[in-house]
Amino acid sequence: MTSLDATRVRAVVRKELMEFRRKRTIVVTMAALPILFLVEPIVSIFVAAPLGSRSYLDHFVILPLLYMLLIPVITPSTLAAFTVVGEREQGTLEPLLTTPLTTQELILGKAAAIMVPTLVMSYSIYVLFLAAVRLFAHPAIASAVFHNGAVLLALFLFAPLVAGWSIVVGMAVSVRASEVRVAQQLGTLASLPIVGVVFLMALNVIHPTFEVALIFALVILAIDLRALRIVSRMFDRERLVTGTRATRS
Amino acid sequence: MSAPPTLTRETKTGSALVVSNLTKRFGDRTAFSEISFEVGYGEVFGFLGPNGAGKTTTVRTLGTLIAPTSGSATVAGIPLSPENGVEIRQRIAIMPESPGLYLRLTVTENLEFFAGLYGLHQPAARIKEALAAVNLSDRASDLCGGLSKGLRQRMGLARTLLSDPAIMFLDEPTSGLDPVAALEVCNLIIGLRQKGVTIFLTTHRLDEAEKLCDRVAIMNQSLRTVGRPDELREQLFHKALIVKTLAPLRDPDQLFSPLPGVESWRSEEPGSYVLSVSDPKVAAPEVTRGLVGAGVDVLSIAEAQHSLEDVYLELIDNNAKASQP
Repeated sequence: MTSLDATRVRAVVRKELMEFRRKRTIVVTMAALPILFLVEPIVSIFVAAPLGSRSYLDHFVILPLLYMLLIPVITPSTLAAFTVVGEREQGTLEPLLTTPLTTQELILGKAAAIMVPTLVMSYSIYVLFLAAVRLFAHPAIASAVFHNGAVLLALFLFAPLVAGWSIVVGMAVSVRASEVRVAQQLGTLASLPIVGVVFLMALNVIHPTFEVALIFALVILAIDLRALRIVSRMFDRERLVTGTRATRS
Repeated sequence: MSAPPTLTRETKTGSALVVSNLTKRFGDRTAFSEISFEVGYGEVFGFLGPNGAGKTTTVRTLGTLIAPTSGSATVAGIPLSPENGVEIRQRIAIMPESPGLYLRLTVTENLEFFAGLYGLHQPAARIKEALAAVNLSDRASDLCGGLSKGLRQRMGLARTLLSDPAIMFLDEPTSGLDPVAALEVCNLIIGLRQKGVTIFLTTHRLDEAEKLCDRVAIMNQSLRTVGRPDELREQLFHKALIVKTLAPLRDPDQLFSPLPGVESWRSEEPGSYVLSVSDPKVAAPEVTRGLVGAGVDVLSIAEAQHSLEDVYLELIDNNAKASQP
């Protein structure tokens, strides 16, 4: 594997962030999607009556909190799906590939650039949401939320991991897709495994403990790193430039 | 560390490009086959051919974007191989047919990005010099999306100049431009040529190739010929004099055949004759004397001029005829 050049990776990150800022549709999409995923937690935490025992309430608030894990999964999918096929559609991929930039540097730079706004958005929403809970939710509910230290910690620790998963899946789709729209539709499928895990926890099939969280974190981290390498290998310069798969004599 | 911004002729020995029996096939389709040529440092090398001849695929192959099926090449002194891709791309610059700019970024931001990819130190100085070289300094803060097609092409040229490459590959740089914008790009290339930049230029604008290139290669999947435009003319066409008279000659053969230096003649239309000659400087005075001595009213005697277009059409026509069953 070719060694990574930090200068080139930084150049890609800087350029991507500059482009994100100037694409109004991207900013609107990134801001709108998390709001949709706030509806369920808001209804559960602020509207529901605080009935039942302390242990019931503790369990009651887990699902709304875990539901917010979908924000870092959904937020980057649009951007990730655009990464390669988008460059190809706007005619900028070929000039980019004529530079010394390696495939790994390109993939890493783009992934890192998407991770930045995703985490800023997700953490901002988490902090605002928890502040709102502390200030405006029923004291029993607020207490139950802040009593779930493991879940809250998991929320913050898992955000980059599940975002990483969503980004690599989106980029894998982008490398293979023929057009941006198809890539963006397929990219949203990245959220399915995370949704599945959240529902398994809601159904008490998996119990959210520190041990479970640690195992999940390590598994997702391993998958993210492996998937990043797979995306680099899927990146066939010849096919992306000519539309024909590379052949060797 | 990168060299300081110079954009001037470097003293290099050997060849900038050595291509040997290079072939590229996509499945059953052959893009180009068994092509071999060399390009020297400081040379402007024209790569001519009809659409689908394999020009762009050749550039992409030499630029390590796609892998050859067989054959070998050395690009800027480095053997062409996937392992050497980064090193080769560090030493060359390619301007594709469409410049592919980030339209939401400014001219300077686009160049800063590419300066970062080439790992340039003192990028600001390089960017300033590259913009000055293509007369775009006053548009440095403009968004690329607001530039005209001609200005975008100039911006693409600035990007290729940025890294002070050993070889610049320009793929149809005037394609789709209006005559004024095309002329501006040509003048920029002439400026680069005077500074000694090695340029590999693909085009099907023959007037442009004739004006800009030291040597040209004409290809149509395989290489038809390589040489200086005047050498190619000599190879393909006999030296000839074109004689025009007021009235058709009564017996042209009796008049032309005995003249020293005249090898053969033919009449293209009444009163117009094409004489194949060994040396126009020897034959022209003899022909003039012969005609005047025979009392012929001569309108003109001139050496036949063949353009690169004639050479190109001759080779492509021959190729088309040869490929017919």
